[in-house]
Amino acid sequence: MRLQAVDVRLGYGDRVIVDGLDLGIEAGTVTTIIGPNGCGKSTLLRALGRLLRPSGGEVLLDGKRIDKMPTKEVAKVLGVLPQAPTAPEGLTVADLVARGRHPHQTWYRQWSSDDESAVGEALAMTGLHDLGERPLDELSGGQRQRAWISMALAQGTDLLLLDEPTTFLDLAHQVEVLELVRRLHGELGRTVVMVLHDLNLAARYADRLVAMRDGRVIAAGPPAEVLTESLLAEVFDLDAKVIEDPVAGTPLVVPIGTRHS
Amino acid sequence: MSTTTAVARPPSPGGTRTVRGRRLLVLAALFGILAVAAVLSIAIGAKPVPLADVWHGLASPSGTENDIIVRSLRVPRTAIGVMAGIALGVAGALMQGHTRNPLADPGLLGVTQGAAFAMVLSIIAFGVTGLHAYIWFGLAGALTASVGVFALGMVGGRGGPTPVALALAGTAVSSFLYALTSALVLMDEQAMDVFRFWQAGSIAARGADTAWQVLPFIAAGLVLALVNAPALNALSLGEDVARALGQNVTLTRTVGVAAVTLLSGASVAACGALSFLGLMVPHLARPLSGPDHRWLLPYSGLMGACALLLADVAGRVVARPGELEVGVVLALAGAPFFVALVRRRKPVRL
Repeated sequence: MRLQAVDVRLGYGDRVIVDGLDLGIEAGTVTTIIGPNGCGKSTLLRALGRLLRPSGGEVLLDGKRIDKMPTKEVAKVLGVLPQAPTAPEGLTVADLVARGRHPHQTWYRQWSSDDESAVGEALAMTGLHDLGERPLDELSGGQRQRAWISMALAQGTDLLLLDEPTTFLDLAHQVEVLELVRRLHGELGRTVVMVLHDLNLAARYADRLVAMRDGRVIAAGPPAEVLTESLLAEVFDLDAKVIEDPVAGTPLVVPIGTRHS
Repeated sequence: MSTTTAVARPPSPGGTRTVRGRRLLVLAALFGILAVAAVLSIAIGAKPVPLADVWHGLASPSGTENDIIVRSLRVPRTAIGVMAGIALGVAGALMQGHTRNPLADPGLLGVTQGAAFAMVLSIIAFGVTGLHAYIWFGLAGALTASVGVFALGMVGGRGGPTPVALALAGTAVSSFLYALTSALVLMDEQAMDVFRFWQAGSIAARGADTAWQVLPFIAAGLVLALVNAPALNALSLGEDVARALGQNVTLTRTVGVAAVTLLSGASVAACGALSFLGLMVPHLARPLSGPDHRWLLPYSGLMGACALLLADVAGRVVARPGELEVGVVLALAGAPFFVALVRRRKPVRL
């Protein structure tokens, strides 16, 4: 297990959102967490990325307690991209991606050839090479999201946690971002954990699905085993048919609703 | 997305060599302007002193009247102007960066009202007289108020105060201290007299001792500010991203607040309420530096010093044989300029 939550209790202030949850992330997999709004999936991701400290239990990175490790050392192994991040005005794509090198820099050594090549590779991987000098605010939503992923990539971490990387994107750009995630896994061997809302895309792009409701993991495993009609009813209160995706062969959710029932 | 040819020549971030060259050029130009402003500040004054005498006073003083004017009045005044200008410019840029608010100024932490209250109190309660002594009290008041604001901002929060909590606490503490100061000066004529001149903001009639008095505080503040710059770059992407990048957010905020406190506290104690300079200058510097604090902070500092010296010189020229306080000139000239600047460009998002 690269990353593990052991009996964690998570919440904000007195409000407990997740209690007694266990989850392990294996190396070299793409795991997607699904669940209804407010089920605690983003909270769990924040805890896995040590952005939120559990009030009970512990998060282990390579078997060591993540909150006992120096945060800068964690940042060399584990990258986190929060939901809908914002950048200061006028920041260029190359500058944003360069800031991903922060954990590798010291106060007196701000830039090295390692930084240079990591940024170049991250830009190339995300297809932003020609847009390096463009301000972030001038890009389309899809390009901007790719730029943020590129920043996380330049950080050079084996593990990447992405919180709803496709929010606010149209379907074509959602597919584009997820194809990129898949390539990070396929070509660079990265371990990815992400939160997604679209169940069909989640089924298509994940090795493993984790379905959550009310702060608990209801089911976890390969998409074909997790994404069933009974699970959709249990997790989402959704009446739906699950058929085979004609393109990928993964489960495809077709909601029923009241009009056609 | 094709990646076949892409790896050949990565564009370097923070720019290509030309971007870096341009930034160094701007830095050199700002140093040049500051040098000119300093020369003007030493050469021009209420009493006309020929340039030859100015040089004589600087290079080989022999105790003439003009030597004394140059050495004991104009040089210390210029030195204080440079230090306070750098301090307020850097403090303003730090404050706006930490709060991600383009309207934040270094006075937000309560330093201005803290200094004012302590100075007035020292006059009334301890019978202190003389600028040198007031400034010690002003410094102590500024630092105490800022620590109080920081402590208040921590209440109820975990892991350091948020910028909003700081701004709220700063406003509350400032209003409270201002009320006390107002009540005190109404009761005491001598305190009122000192207070109204201090409140206008001035670098006149400060001796070399005042310059030495504030120098260590400003130097310490500048060191902290420089240390803070890379961390502030991470923080400007949001707290979560900064944490993800391995930055200790609480430490970054604490260092930033300490730097702002030292810089603005020292300059406000020495020169009065000039925090408008700290609000304005980062907006002038940002179009040249971009959002990288490693460049924005030095640019803001140098521009702050240039603006303060030039405004001070203008104040000596326009009201001859009298003088207009530099705070008045800065506000009179700066306010319309600032409005024009903000209206011409769309509001900055930090």
